[in-house]
Amino acid sequence: MNILTNPSKLRGFEKHIKVENVSRRSILKGLGLAGGFVLAAPVMMRPSFAYETGAGKMPHGVVVDPRVFVSIAPDGMVTIVAHRSEMGTGVRTSLPLIVAEELEADWKRVRVQQAHGDEVKFGNQDTDGSRSTRHHLIPMRQIGASARTMLEQAAAKRWGVPAAEVKAVNHEVVHSASRRKLGFGELAADAAKESVPSVEGLKLKDPKDFRYLGKGEISIVDLHDITTGRAEYGADVRLPGMKYAVIARPPVTGGNVASFDGAEAMKVSGVEKVMEVKGWPWPSKFQPLGGIAVIARNTGAAIKGRDALKVTWEDGANAKYDSVAYRAELEDAARKPGLVVRKEGDAEAALKGADKVIVGEYYLPHLAHVAMETPVAVADVKGDKVEVWAPVQSPGGTREDVAKTLGIPEENVTVNVTLLGGGFGRKSKCDFALEAALLSKELGAPVKVQWTREDDIRNGFLHTVSVERIEAGLDKSGKVIAWRHRSVAPSIASTFAAGTVHQAPFELGMGLVDMPFEIANIQCENPEAAAHTRIGWFRSVSNIPRAFAVQSMVAEIAQATNRDPKDMLLELIGAPRILNLASVKDLWNYGEPYDSYPIDTGRLRKVVELVADKGGWGRQVPKGHGLGIAAHRSFVSYIATIVEVAVDDKGKLTVPRVDTAIDCGAYVNPERIQSQIEGAAIMGMSLAKHGEITFTNGRVQQGNYDDFPVIRIDESPAVTNVYIVPPASPDTPPSGVGEPGVPPFAPALINAIFAATGKRIRAMPIGKQLEA
Amino acid sequence: MIKVKINGQEQNWDGDPDLPLLWFIRDEVGLTGTKFGCGQALCGSCTVIVDKQAVRACITSVSDVVGREVTTIEGLHPTGDHSVQKAWRQLNVPQCGFCQTGQIMQAAALLMDNPKPSHDQIREALSGNICRCGCYQRIENAVHLASTGV
Repeated sequence: MNILTNPSKLRGFEKHIKVENVSRRSILKGLGLAGGFVLAAPVMMRPSFAYETGAGKMPHGVVVDPRVFVSIAPDGMVTIVAHRSEMGTGVRTSLPLIVAEELEADWKRVRVQQAHGDEVKFGNQDTDGSRSTRHHLIPMRQIGASARTMLEQAAAKRWGVPAAEVKAVNHEVVHSASRRKLGFGELAADAAKESVPSVEGLKLKDPKDFRYLGKGEISIVDLHDITTGRAEYGADVRLPGMKYAVIARPPVTGGNVASFDGAEAMKVSGVEKVMEVKGWPWPSKFQPLGGIAVIARNTGAAIKGRDALKVTWEDGANAKYDSVAYRAELEDAARKPGLVVRKEGDAEAALKGADKVIVGEYYLPHLAHVAMETPVAVADVKGDKVEVWAPVQSPGGTREDVAKTLGIPEENVTVNVTLLGGGFGRKSKCDFALEAALLSKELGAPVKVQWTREDDIRNGFLHTVSVERIEAGLDKSGKVIAWRHRSVAPSIASTFAAGTVHQAPFELGMGLVDMPFEIANIQCENPEAAAHTRIGWFRSVSNIPRAFAVQSMVAEIAQATNRDPKDMLLELIGAPRILNLASVKDLWNYGEPYDSYPIDTGRLRKVVELVADKGGWGRQVPKGHGLGIAAHRSFVSYIATIVEVAVDDKGKLTVPRVDTAIDCGAYVNPERIQSQIEGAAIMGMSLAKHGEITFTNGRVQQGNYDDFPVIRIDESPAVTNVYIVPPASPDTPPSGVGEPGVPPFAPALINAIFAATGKRIRAMPIGKQLEA
Repeated sequence: MIKVKINGQEQNWDGDPDLPLLWFIRDEVGLTGTKFGCGQALCGSCTVIVDKQAVRACITSVSDVVGREVTTIEGLHPTGDHSVQKAWRQLNVPQCGFCQTGQIMQAAALLMDNPKPSHDQIREALSGNICRCGCYQRIENAVHLASTGV
């Protein structure tokens, strides 16, 4: 019964890429994927629960052990460990809150302690893929219930009564018959001596008795510190004797230092040293790019020193990367047949025989994460030991990579996780922490490596660039009988394996092969595209271009056949059913078992209908305004968004109102779901209106918020309303929240612009396209 | 030797007088509530109040604030209970929180100048402060709440 074992050292994405080429860790090669070295992880899902998740398949799986996550002091203060990284989703509050719920702890007497990077101890810590709640709702409940049971057993023994007669209630254990009670603090020492109960025998709370879960009345634990400046992010770590470093990195991906002259830099007041930092050949995975570091007594001096550096670069193989030429290459590839990744019926023949074919070719350029906190890390190497402080989404992976980079055992590496000033996937890659470790080793002192905004934009792991070409064939009645979608984009796998030209299954599964429409003839293709820069995960990943293309196409078909876009969307989604994607090889379902998380078109229809109802689809809007709708399933959640746009006669757009409905199954904190969706609208609007990173001569042309703008408060939607679908039952599996809000926003906006102006935008960003 | 006053305390600086105030505050004085976001006065994460004006510490030199009162988030209110801070907590504004101290300082400066700003005035005054998480709706409402009494 679902005893989850753990293919050791395997990170989530790797099994979907050719492993012999791209394993992040050489140890993989020796072990093989099926794992001659399988740990029996101390994990078991509660058998009576209706669903399984992919949690056990994550590297190091899940640890369900109250001794690891819960401690209780004699004064009753309960400490709960948060083992995931906080980057704004509220997870550092939500997961401990789940434990506290089952523990019957009083939240006012709970403190949260951040785990360091140790996946053997805590289980997987990769905070990405919108996975934290869906993988940990049940394990955290089990941990809380285990600890509660141990407290109850200790009290029963103290009183000499059967354990069944006692009950934990709000930080106390009570024996009603004798009206006796003992506080958690009084029982802590005895409870610690109790054996940990088996997971199968645990009695979890009836959800109707929940005090915290699903209520949304608890603020994040860091709220006071954030508003007073005491919250500690990566750059806020200060160590005695710490040096400050900034690094000049190669402007072209895969480039190297040819020569450098640090004499002028050394003249800058406060600069102490100029030195080379080791770089790794491209594709460099998460390893540093190398370059020249300027070490100083403060960051300002280091930056000024770097400005005075003279470096000659060897640009390498990507020196000719040019975004205009590359777009033409992608378009060319999209107009020819490519690798078939889904095939049902005969789309080719059906398109030939169609009464009408509608073609849409959509372009989405590279995007940069630009989290407010740029990459930054502190490292202190002492002999063969190192301590790191960093805002990383993957503390466990960071620990492994630091150990490997310095050539020391993992046990000698301590990774302390600070708060993250935004992550969005950028901080899943720990190159900045590796830079700090390398420099600290060389200097024999603690070092902080601070990336500037220009570094962040020019030396990041960008969102891919893609052309999505869709051909829809209609019969005489206007029914869509054929759908061919070609998606061309360099893959994230290219960051790990030279020569990668096809998307990995985890990318194809994000809005291409999982397209849910009820159409007789469907073909999805993935023509080749080679990368010329580092490509990485960006919040929502490939769902962004796919939702943009697919949901724009729905509105284009509606327009061509004179139908309401919402009705057209529902017609294409078709009957409520569970999608059968047997024709797709290696179907990626966000790492989740399909039985627990199938593609359920009934749920997709429901969010469309809900948002249409609550969001007033079809309402009268003033002249120059328009409504657009889009729906998309991603990270196993279902979302639909309506955007109202206003475009004035100069082409300036504003968004008076956004409505979004989300079905994310069972949930913990609806207040944080709302904040994630509000924020997703802003991020969606940023990429739609402004988002574009371009290359000329291999170099990124943007550098800061002036030429890579994001939405500011004066252009943000006036109001974003969020409607959360209540879970069908308490056993409805929880699904993602952090990412699913982004993909439908841009197509809803684009469709709204069409409704308002009659202009159909097929290339992002909108930029000046609406200006006459 | 330059002397500058930060949160009521005199600080000495014998280094580069052109050092951006941001790095002086963060790295030399050790007050880390003021954040680095862009280095070019584009994002507002480093906002401090100099006399009664919101200022971007990343493009202000240490020498520029000689003889003036610099207030950082740490000095805004002794117990962190400025009306803006309280409103922020009441409406659960932050997500990641990184830009929030700059937003709060900007909002506090706005309310010193204009105690009852309209929504449009709030949007205008805070348009120099970027929040990548996208907390704008709540920021706007929190500034409004702070202006009407928390």
